Amino acid sequence: MTLPHADPDASVAVFDLCHWYGSGINRRQVLQGIDLGIRPGEVVLLTGPSGCGKTTLLTLVGALRQVQQGSVRVFGRELAGSTRAERQQLRRSIGMIFQGHNLLRCLTAEQNVQMGADLLEGLSYRARRDLAREWLRAVGLSDHLGKLPHDLSGGQKQRVAIARALAAEPRLLLADEPTAALDKTTGREVVELLQRLAREQGCSVLMVTHDPRILDVADRLVQMEDGRLWDAPVPRAQTGQVLVSSD
Amino acid sequence: MLSFWQSRRIPLSWLLLTRQPARLAVALAGIAFAGILMFMQLGFRDGLFDASVTIHKLFDADLVLMSPRTMSSIGMAGFPRRRLIQAMADPQVEGTTPVHWNLLLWRNPQTRSTRSILALGFEPGDPLFIDPGLAAKAQVLNQRGRVLFDELSRPEFGPIAEWFRQGKVVETEVAGKRVRVAGLVALGPSFGADGNIITSRETFLRLMPNTPPGSIELGLIRLTTGSDPAAVAARLKRQLPDDVSIYTKKGFEEFEKNYWRSSTAIGFIFTLGAAMGFVVGCVIVYQILYSDVSDHLPEYATLMAMGYRLLTLLGVVAREGFILAVLGYVPAWLAGQGLYALVRSGTRLPVSMDGQRSLLVFAMIFAMCMGSAFMAMRKLADADPAEIF
Repeated sequence: MTLPHADPDASVAVFDLCHWYGSGINRRQVLQGIDLGIRPGEVVLLTGPSGCGKTTLLTLVGALRQVQQGSVRVFGRELAGSTRAERQQLRRSIGMIFQGHNLLRCLTAEQNVQMGADLLEGLSYRARRDLAREWLRAVGLSDHLGKLPHDLSGGQKQRVAIARALAAEPRLLLADEPTAALDKTTGREVVELLQRLAREQGCSVLMVTHDPRILDVADRLVQMEDGRLWDAPVPRAQTGQVLVSSD
Repeated sequence: MLSFWQSRRIPLSWLLLTRQPARLAVALAGIAFAGILMFMQLGFRDGLFDASVTIHKLFDADLVLMSPRTMSSIGMAGFPRRRLIQAMADPQVEGTTPVHWNLLLWRNPQTRSTRSILALGFEPGDPLFIDPGLAAKAQVLNQRGRVLFDELSRPEFGPIAEWFRQGKVVETEVAGKRVRVAGLVALGPSFGADGNIITSRETFLRLMPNTPPGSIELGLIRLTTGSDPAAVAARLKRQLPDDVSIYTKKGFEEFEKNYWRSSTAIGFIFTLGAAMGFVVGCVIVYQILYSDVSDHLPEYATLMAMGYRLLTLLGVVAREGFILAVLGYVPAWLAGQGLYALVRSGTRLPVSMDGQRSLLVFAMIFAMCMGSAFMAMRKLADADPAEIF
């Protein structure tokens, strides 16, 4: 395997990343020398027991946390030693999908998606609104444009969240257990939708999941334990779909 | 135009506020209440000061002579009438009116109790008030012992206007001497006087026989059109001896207001009341905005994770404050308008919604809302996008 930081086209290149929480006697190392590369358009699933540092890795790649030691490059930009403003700027090209849907309660589905589209520059209000409607149609919610999150089911809310993340035209999508709050069928549907749309956009995906039923959507499966990573084989598709493998 | 459409965003502040109508209603009620409190307190304060110059405003004068010993309208000292004649020598002085001014005891003809009333004495042929209606009525004062009664005087002086209109002969005592009401005028009570009567110089001197000869309390000076009152005042001040003080009409009103402002606690009390309203409003708005930010903290953190700048989010809170200020001010202004009408009819105080006070209260509500918004913004610093995963 080539060292990820050596690949200049990689969406994400993590090299020898270490991270600690707490200070003094309570200082605890959660990441112990992580190496990870994600190519453009690649779908990478990250699994592992809870508390092993998956979410920490996700927040570091997502430019939500300051890098302490090692190197994280996203779209070729080094995050170690980055300023708050640089990280905020970079986050505009990273889509995020959360375990809870984290939609704005006071906005309708359409307005929530438009909050994502509003991050695009140089578009008129109408263009951004049309974009939001298009994305909601793409996730199959054209009949629910004016509904508040309160009136949507769990699966519908997560689809709105996907539409919102994609509306900002991200080049990297980070998802933290997007199926955790969903039942089996809905979870499967949401993840397949996510994979299809991301692939259409040529957007890389890094998804943390505990859910063994969805591992087959991955191009590559990575396992984490005690702050270290290794590659794992992608299980065969249960549904009989042909999946593109990265190897 | 194009840039407007490009910069137009979802009105997040408006939606945050309006999608919780109950909370918004509480917030607006609180702000409106604070605004009404400020309107009432400031209105009373200004109204009381204005009321102290109800009569002063009516005089037809550009400059006014008073004794330097005079401190206010309730203690007018005399000065030589000759000063007014000396002032006539100035080419820009068109005319003068000597006026006698004193508080006398009026006997209520119905209850026989006495009460202080402001009596003005002048030559019935001279111009006294700006309102030309008085000149015709003043003719009846040429008869001795006749007075014009101010029908806006407080009711404690007796049902004079009512009786007079019924055609009765209304006679009573002023300073122990018999007078007859020969007509009605509408002047209005002021701070120092609950009622007013106007009489001729001759009658006045009969009521006040101890007035030194040639002494008056007030001298009105009218200037030719186009002359500068301040310049003439300065010139007269140089020419006249220092047993008179000279004021412009505005200065004459200010002198009186200033007496009540500095020698009574009215200004302090009502300003304090308005300040209380301000503080109460601040607490309410801060509570509302703070809990709003706290409730939506995960949502703000999500927006930050999406790449929105902290400044944009601070702008959302600031706009919420602005919307609250505007929406809260409107009912406060309307209620203030209604309450002022109520006060006017109840107390005859000249309280009205003037532009300056409207602006002042808006500025205070605005400061209250924006200040609270800035306080609530500190809570936004707690929104850590790394915590929402």
